Amino acid sequence: MTDKSITDFQQQALVLAGQQTSPDWLAGLREQGAELWSSAAWPSRKTEHWKYTPLAPLQKVGFGRWADVEADWQDQQEWLDIDATRLVFVNGVFHPEHSSELPAEVVRFGAAEGAARAVIEKHLGKVVDAEKHLFAALSNAWTSDGVLLHVPANQRLEKPLYVIHVSTATAEPATANQRLLLVLENGAQAEVIEHFVSGASEQNGFVNGLTEVVVGENAELHHYRLNLEEENILHVGGVHVDLQRSARLRAFTIAQGSRLKRIDYQVNHRGEGAELDLQGLYLPRNKQLIDYHTEIRHMVPHCTSKEVFHGIVGDSAKAVFNGRIYIHPHAQKTLAELSNKNLLTSNKAEVDTKPELEIYADDVKCAHGATVSQLNLTALYYLQSRGIPRAEAEVMLNFGFINELLQQVAQPAVRAYLGPRLAQLFSPNSELLRHLSYE
Amino acid sequence: MLSIKDLRASVAEQEILKGLSLDIKPGEVHAIMGPNGSGKSTLGNVLTGRQGFQVTGGSVTYQGADLLELETEERAREGLFLAFQYPVEIPGVSNMEFLKAAVDATRKHRDLPELSSVEFLKLARETSKKVDLDASFLKRGVNEAFSGGEKKRNELLQMMLLEPKLCILDETDSGLDIDALQVVANGVNAMRSPERSFIVVTHYQRLLDYIVPDFVHVLAGGRIVKSGDKELAKELEAKGYGWLEQEVA
Repeated sequence: MTDKSITDFQQQALVLAGQQTSPDWLAGLREQGAELWSSAAWPSRKTEHWKYTPLAPLQKVGFGRWADVEADWQDQQEWLDIDATRLVFVNGVFHPEHSSELPAEVVRFGAAEGAARAVIEKHLGKVVDAEKHLFAALSNAWTSDGVLLHVPANQRLEKPLYVIHVSTATAEPATANQRLLLVLENGAQAEVIEHFVSGASEQNGFVNGLTEVVVGENAELHHYRLNLEEENILHVGGVHVDLQRSARLRAFTIAQGSRLKRIDYQVNHRGEGAELDLQGLYLPRNKQLIDYHTEIRHMVPHCTSKEVFHGIVGDSAKAVFNGRIYIHPHAQKTLAELSNKNLLTSNKAEVDTKPELEIYADDVKCAHGATVSQLNLTALYYLQSRGIPRAEAEVMLNFGFINELLQQVAQPAVRAYLGPRLAQLFSPNSELLRHLSYE
Repeated sequence: MLSIKDLRASVAEQEILKGLSLDIKPGEVHAIMGPNGSGKSTLGNVLTGRQGFQVTGGSVTYQGADLLELETEERAREGLFLAFQYPVEIPGVSNMEFLKAAVDATRKHRDLPELSSVEFLKLARETSKKVDLDASFLKRGVNEAFSGGEKKRNELLQMMLLEPKLCILDETDSGLDIDALQVVANGVNAMRSPERSFIVVTHYQRLLDYIVPDFVHVLAGGRIVKSGDKELAKELEAKGYGWLEQEVA
């Protein structure tokens, strides 16, 4: 590292991370994180992992403490209409008065004792590879509060867990660290929704959100990560998953907003017969940048993964999609599919998409494809030839492109929340939104 | 109803229609036959105003007005309907909402009150029964993963819902087995009326056993080279198109 300012930048984060309070038993993880963060080479344009996503906006803003929240932070907050166990964090700070009473399966790190603490110590920081993921190292170093969901064997979590992360407007640099650990023992079932929102556009906040997931044998998790923030926030996030034998993960994610938003998904198939179904949408506009990096690692035979991401990129926005599938020599009979489709709605919009297949087993079925296109003129003509006005036809087609995935979302509350909000992105004129079907 | 005079049209600067003339009166069924590449599909695309199909000469008068001045959607609302040879699959756009959008736009243009969702659902279900299309197809994406026959029946469903004045069937018989062909033909025949006209574009005489035309035209080299009654279709079936092309040349 030759650039002194970058060293200062990393140092600044380290100082703040060190000031966080946490239980003693997390000290080991934090120290290890701090060490990795300070020794890591800062990404440059030559770093493959960050090639199309410069971190300059974050370096320019830097890190800081979030000021106390204003009394009116809750105005204009719109959350899912769902019967769930709700946890609300504002700028990384837990707000019990807006949260539900926690069931036995949900424990905050600071309150963890006995068995819960043992589960955290067993898994926290173990699913994610912090040597490879720079911001996971920072998250480890910064860990103070966090939430554990632990569903015992053969139990079904009664209500979905709904974790809301609010970032309020801040002119000063401010940093929030979000940490979630989901552990489903063998045969357990659960549904978890993570929802990131942010306030008004004066925003120099940075959110570093990391989720680690262990899905036990024959267990099933439905996981949602909704990253719906305003224009200027900075957000780096990761979802890192270990799937045991015959485990199933049905995951959905959506990203909108942010001048820098980078979300990593890494899913490790560690037990035979595990299944992954991952669907994602991203809709950067204005000058936003959204980057999804996914890596599916098939380590054992007979696993399946199906991954579909659709993006609509408008204005001067930019999207990056990198989908890697790694198939270990032992992972025979793997079925892996990856599809990434992009729709550009402006001449200045940009997308960099790269499917990466690394296959070391010889008896596998893999399919992958990436497309970048503009509005489908044949489909447009078809709709117009039935009397539908061009403007409405365009909205129907654009919305249809994301609705292909949205209509498959299992949780009705997520569909009902996203449908009208996403529709509005395509036209402010409600007349043009009359024939969209998201319910 | 429709008067085409000396129509010339190009695609990618290549002239496909080279002086086509045709007159259609209300209630008439005209079959247009011809070899591949003769311009049969181009005619439908030009009449519906598809982008990329450039009219370079001639005129098209529809119900007394210049058809070529209208946008695609305006032509549709004025009662012009093209049943596509290859209906487009549009995942994510529900067939039901697509049909409702089309009917809403058409009824608005005709100063008819909008149908409520319930009324429309009932109408769509009844009509889909008539074309032997299970009501579950209304909930799917537009033509999404429909078989060839299901797509053609969905075209017929749209035609029935929109009640057009002039219907162009572009090789509606292609890819259909005999049962599906009969369903489609019965649907078309049920729609025949003294006010409604049809242009049936086909490569084969087979369809015309079921939809009996008043006139048969042979399109070759971008022009109509021969016209006759339904007997002409049978002659073509027996002798092929070669003799006509030679006769013209």
